[in-house]
Amino acid sequence: MYVAVKGGERAIDNAHALLAEERRGDPAVPELSVAQIREQMTLAVNRVMAEGSLYDPDLAALAIKQARGDLIEAIFLIRAYRTTLPRLGHSNPVDTGAMAAVRRVSATYKDLPGGQVLGPTFDYTHRLIDFALAAEGEAPRAPQAEPLGPVPRVTGFLDREGLIEAEPDSDATPRDLTREPMELPADRALRLQALTRGDEGFILSLAYSSQRGYGRTHPFVGELRIGEVAVEMEIPELGFAVEIGEITVTECETVNQFTGSKTKAPQFTRGYGLVFGQSERKAISMSLVDRALRWEELGEDNTGAPVQDAEFVLMHADNIQATGFLEHIKLPHYVDFQSELELVRRLRAGAQEAAE
Amino acid sequence: MGLLARARPNRLAAVFPDMPDSTLLRGPETGAVMVRGRQGGTGAPFNLGEVTITRCSVQLPCGTVGHAHVQGRDKAHARRAAVLDALLQTQDAEALTRAVLSPLAAEETARRETRARKAAATKVEFFTMVRGDD
Repeated sequence: MYVAVKGGERAIDNAHALLAEERRGDPAVPELSVAQIREQMTLAVNRVMAEGSLYDPDLAALAIKQARGDLIEAIFLIRAYRTTLPRLGHSNPVDTGAMAAVRRVSATYKDLPGGQVLGPTFDYTHRLIDFALAAEGEAPRAPQAEPLGPVPRVTGFLDREGLIEAEPDSDATPRDLTREPMELPADRALRLQALTRGDEGFILSLAYSSQRGYGRTHPFVGELRIGEVAVEMEIPELGFAVEIGEITVTECETVNQFTGSKTKAPQFTRGYGLVFGQSERKAISMSLVDRALRWEELGEDNTGAPVQDAEFVLMHADNIQATGFLEHIKLPHYVDFQSELELVRRLRAGAQEAAE
Repeated sequence: MGLLARARPNRLAAVFPDMPDSTLLRGPETGAVMVRGRQGGTGAPFNLGEVTITRCSVQLPCGTVGHAHVQGRDKAHARRAAVLDALLQTQDAEALTRAVLSPLAAEETARRETRARKAAATKVEFFTMVRGDD
């Protein structure tokens, strides 16, 4: 039961003033600009855009500043902001095959057309704190080489030989969980939408659980690519599609163990991840969870693993829903608690009487 | 139009500083466009997330109408792009292509090429190790 209370207004105002002061920190230290956050905390900005489900680096950087670096709070600010925006339409599906890739690796083929391109990765770094970064230095410069040719899709090679399940193309309008509440059973399109905006830590842990045996996936990263894709939209006034922007995305395609039957020869199966920004841990996790959730359509056993339970995964992946419900319990519940207190006192008195 | 949508607002303002008179027909208004992806990269569509877009439609005194949809929330940028879209349908098109579109296109090409060259420098060259027992 909720009971309205009044008062505390001055305390709240002063708490907000204290928050603002603490956010600024020591005034002797220069203030962070939004552009600095956007340019130098890029992966935090990317995470806020992915889970805030709104691609706008300047806005995400501002939200991070306002939230004092609390990324879930920043995501909350972005989600709240996006509800104030009118929906102007939807884009054509982005063509990730035409991506201007800055990173592209495959764990399944050593020599593949287009090559293994490491890009700006933490892989193969020694994970030793670099004290040189504590001092201001000159801006580093990366070496250059002759640009590479096109980078064809790895799953395309397998598909041509019929070794991987076909991905049926369609132009069906996908369900949108931002326009109507999510209902189960959720088809794959709705699941992918929920996963791409889901909490990175939650999706990572689920993916990890599936690797450790709670739901069998046995994935290989067929391909992981990061780069820019064009966003095109049909403009009614013009009657054709124009490019309205460009976004950075991370795509992961996993190749998983076989499905097949008496009438159908065995084939590899697919898991898919696509996330705003450079977010490869999330994209890989998403593709594993996507694959695990496809157990039913692929005729696999439900082993009761959490990652196979669509309701469990989809209803708990959103960190704003989670934090909203979790954090509300710290807000005033005095009346509820009073009644519980009274009840426990009565029970204890009863128990004492019975003992005597 | 894509070029104008992708250009950084301050760059577009720098190469096209003086805007002629125009009447606003719509906006400029900021909204969200739902970006779609495809399952498996090539399959059925799904909703990936939204992107902020600002749109604007203008009319020049001569009657020509221009439209713009630009990425982000910069209203001046959307209006500038819409005016340019209209002007590019008039006799000024050739001069504006030279003065505005060409430099923007050249900058964008150079930026993309530099990025592609830096990525290319991180391409792995594998050497097959000779096994001792062969």
